[in-house]
Parts: sequence; structure tokens; C-alpha cells
Amino acid sequence: MMNPAVPAPSAPAAALQLWRSADAIQKAAIVIGLSLVLLAVLAPIVAPFDPNSQSLIARLRPPLGFERAKAGHLLGTDELGRDVFSRSLFGLRLTLMLAGLGATLGLLIGGTLGLLAGIVGGRTEASIMAAVDTQIAVPFTLVALFLLAILGSSIEVIVLVLGLAGWEQYARIVRGEVRRLMKLPFIEAARAAGAAPLRIAHRHLLPNIVSPLVVQFTLALSNIVLLESTLSFLGLGVQPPTATLGSMVGIGRDYMPTAPWIVAAPAMMILLVTFAVQILGDWLRDGADVRLRAR
Amino acid sequence: MLSYALRTLIRMVLTFFVIVTIVFFATRLSGNAVDFVIGEGMTTEDRDLLIKYYELDRPIWSQYLAFLRAFTDGQFGLSFIERRPVSEMVLERIWPSTQLLLSAVGLTVLVSIPLGIAAAIWRKSWIGSAVMVVAFLGYAVPNFVLAIVMVLLFSYWLNWLPVVGNGTALHFIMPTVALAGVLIAALTRFTRNAMLDVLGQDFMRTARAKGLPENAVILRHGLRNAGITILSVIGLQVAGLAASGSVVIEAIFAWPGIGDLLVSSALRRDYPVLQFGVLTVALAVIVINAAVDLAYAWADPRLRHTVKG
Repeated sequence: MMNPAVPAPSAPAAALQLWRSADAIQKAAIVIGLSLVLLAVLAPIVAPFDPNSQSLIARLRPPLGFERAKAGHLLGTDELGRDVFSRSLFGLRLTLMLAGLGATLGLLIGGTLGLLAGIVGGRTEASIMAAVDTQIAVPFTLVALFLLAILGSSIEVIVLVLGLAGWEQYARIVRGEVRRLMKLPFIEAARAAGAAPLRIAHRHLLPNIVSPLVVQFTLALSNIVLLESTLSFLGLGVQPPTATLGSMVGIGRDYMPTAPWIVAAPAMMILLVTFAVQILGDWLRDGADVRLRAR
Repeated sequence: MLSYALRTLIRMVLTFFVIVTIVFFATRLSGNAVDFVIGEGMTTEDRDLLIKYYELDRPIWSQYLAFLRAFTDGQFGLSFIERRPVSEMVLERIWPSTQLLLSAVGLTVLVSIPLGIAAAIWRKSWIGSAVMVVAFLGYAVPNFVLAIVMVLLFSYWLNWLPVVGNGTALHFIMPTVALAGVLIAALTRFTRNAMLDVLGQDFMRTARAKGLPENAVILRHGLRNAGITILSVIGLQVAGLAASGSVVIEAIFAWPGIGDLLVSSALRRDYPVLQFGVLTVALAVIVINAAVDLAYAWADPRLRHTVKG
């Protein structure tokens, strides 16, 4: 259901307007981000090889254009003769998928708790905010190490861990916004008209906190990509032979002196992802923050 | 001030207690911890023996009390794998970690504060933009990528720097830079924003109007006022980022610190070590946060009297 109070320009027109407002670096970030997503989605079609099929006679071949390169292997092959380009594409796909799921889970957990804290108040609010403070007090990499060690590195656990990274930011933002909004006359009016708390949350609060949440989601996404890559790099993420960008860098590290290309492609992709997402997040934040726009 | 300190202390103890409780129940609820380490070929009798040794057959509340009691008598148990007291294994690694952390934070401060000030003063010129682009890149490059690129360049190709261990001053260079990378990006941004906030204040205009040279205006009035914010950011955010980052960096460079121990324990599922290590780092972070909080309140009396905690 659309909120009738918000004028809705047609989607393509809005996108065009956004594109025009971006500067050169931001446009580059948009193009890079979209192409990466496209590559990830189309990985099964674009990838020339099965990412896990090994070939012992084609091990550690350099990218095309170098001596000893093997035809067809654009970015060379790894220590088991697997195609680096195909593995990078599938790694990118899995990394983006995990990060997307994790960020969404964090948004759901944090958003719900923040909404609850802001609307109910009292003891509920105090204990939720105490949990937020506790989470902030502990460096999250430690929490992640601990959880993965005791729960094992299945996909479900990894998504859970990534979801727990950053939920507290959403909770803080939502609670703050809700408390601000609850004081405004239109909420008072809704309550006086007899609207139930759930209806107030759904109809009046959520539409008003969408934009800070979108911004936070984007910023969280790059952190989560980094966290997932770090954990995979350490060998605590998705287990081999399945490739994620981080685990490719982690395993390829052992072959770096002789075969740096194994690491180069996935490392470059991680960099592009985080770079694009960060720029986009900042751009959205500046766009959403009226005070910054005036500067 | 005293009541503020007391409140901070109580909050600190409570937070730590919550973390201890969560860590305890998380490990127990995930199944029988002994099964993490049991290899093939272990008989049921061996398993029962292990369970008895680690007292995992007792009711959970009594295990919890025993776990809490460890904080009074210092008996935190033995590592599953090395059969040494976990407290000994963790404590001997505190100093190397502290050294690495201090050198990384030191480097960060030396680089970021001048850069941040420059970016604020010359915000509109190419200098400001250049600094911010570098800060952005520092954010986007994961520390482990920075680390292995340096290893490739300076160790394998140029053969200048050692890769593993912490024996000499040369060993410090790469881990310090790799760890400081993201910290520099973060602190440069914070410094720039803090300076920008201060630069727009009325007293800055007054200082200029009374004829102070620009350098003095910026250092004496600008930096001193932005300094409090910057210091608290170093204590709260930079310390936390450094603690997270050092886990990876220590693992890469086989630095004999807590991070390296935590990663290897996690990979080997040596949960007594992991448990104690996580609690140690959590305690350290909580203490640093509280210390920063107190220093901040001491430096800025307004804070003590506002609603906090």
C-alpha cells in the first residue's frame, strides 16, 4: 500500500533525477556496483567453466597474455587447475548473496527491536538499549569468531553471524527516530483517533524512517562484505571447495610468490564492491540529510 | 565527578557480567563441548572421561556457578589441545598484542591528525579532495588485502622485510601499517569533521578578528577545541576497530598476540581458550571505554551533569 501523503514520481524519472545529481566518482560507483551485481546474477551464464572442476594438467596457469597461459582461462587457473575467472564470479555471487541476506537480517532484528524500544518504552526499552550497549562494547570480529567456532561454519550460521553484525545500529536509529516522531502532533492525532500501536507503527512511523534505514543498510552492506571476506579469509567462513572472494584470497595467499593472479582477481573484486557500496552509501546519506545538502 | 565515576564503574561491571553469561550459555547450548574435539577412533569411555574432567555432566546452573567462581580463584581450566592453563596461554600474549596496537594507534594519530586538519582547512581545494579520496580508499581496502600486497611487494619481491613473528623492529613495519590503514581512514574523517565543526564557531572569528596569525588560530583555538572529540574517538572507535583488525593481522603475520591465538583456537575449536580469550579482550575494551568516558567527563564538565546511563 502506498502512503498517499508521499508524492510518488514514476520510478524511471526518479532514477534519472538521481543519476543527474551524482558527480563523476559517484557515477563510476553506480556503474561499477550495477555491473558487479549483474555479473553475480549472471555468473552461471557468464562463467566459462564450472567453478569447482579441477584439471591437474592445467594447474597454476597465468592469465591470458602471459607465457604458459592456457587458452580459455582468461584470468589463469589456481593450484587445482580451476578457472580463476569462473571462481571469482561465483565467489562474488555468494559473497553478495550472503552480505545481502545478512544485512537484511540485521535490518529486521535491529528494526523490530528499535521499534519496540521506541514505542513501548519503559523496561523493555531499557533492556533493549542495554543489549545495544553490550554489543557495541565487544569488537564484533570476536563475536563472529566465537559463534562460528561453537556453531560451525554452515551457511545458516554465517548468515546469522552477518545479521548480528550491525543490528544495533538499526536499533539505535529506529528508536531515536521513533522517539522523535512520537512527540509530533500527527502521531498524537492518530492515537487520539484510536489507532492501535501496530497500525501507528505501520502507517505512520515506518514511512518516515525509511530513508535513514536505506542509508544505514547501504553503509552496513560494505561492512558486512568486509566481515564475510575476513572470516572466509581466515578459513572460518563458507568451507571449501565452494568459493567466496575472501576464501580465494586466503587460500591463494600460499601461492602468492609464484602465482599472484589467484589472489589478484578476488581481492580486486572485494575492493570494487566495498568501494562502490561505500560511495553509494555516502551519496545517499548526503542526499537524505537536509542539513548537509545546505552546506 | 565521584558519583559519575561510580556509575561508570557499575555499568562496566554489569556489561562484563552480561557478556560472561552470554558466552557461557552460548557455548553450553550449542551441544556438548567435548564433541568439538573428539576425533574419530575415540571410545565412549574416553568421551565420558573427558566429560567428567570438564564437569560437563553436572546441571547447567552448577556449571555456571563454577564458571563464575573461576573469576575469584583464577582457575579457568585447561586448553583442549595444548593441555596448558588457558589463563597462561592468553596472558602471555597480551603484551605482544598491546605493542602492535600501540604502534598502530600511534602511527594513526601521527598521520591522521595533520591530514584531517589539512582536509578541513583546504576543504574546497584539491588538497582536501585528495585527502578524502585517500581516506575513502583506506576504508574500502580490507586490511588483509593490504597486508598480503605488502608481503608480496616487500618480502617476496624486494626481500626487505620479514613476514613472520615479532623479533625485531623490522617485524613491526608491515603489521603496523596493515592495521593502521583503516584506522587512518577513519580517524582522518573524524578529525576533518571535528575541525570543520570548530572552524565555523564564533570564537574562531573572534580570534581572527583580534589579529591572531592563522596558524595560532587553528592550533590554539581550533585544534584544542576539536581535540576532546578527537581523543574520545581514538579511545572509543579507533580502539575497537584496532581490536577487530588485529585478529586478522596477527593471524597473517603469525604475531604472537591474542588475535592469532583466537583465530587458531577457533579453527581448532579449542573452546576453553577461545572463551577465556574473548572475555579477556572484551574486558580490555570495556575498561578502555570506561577510562575514555571518565577522561571525557573530566575534561568536559557539562557531560557529567547531563543524562548519561
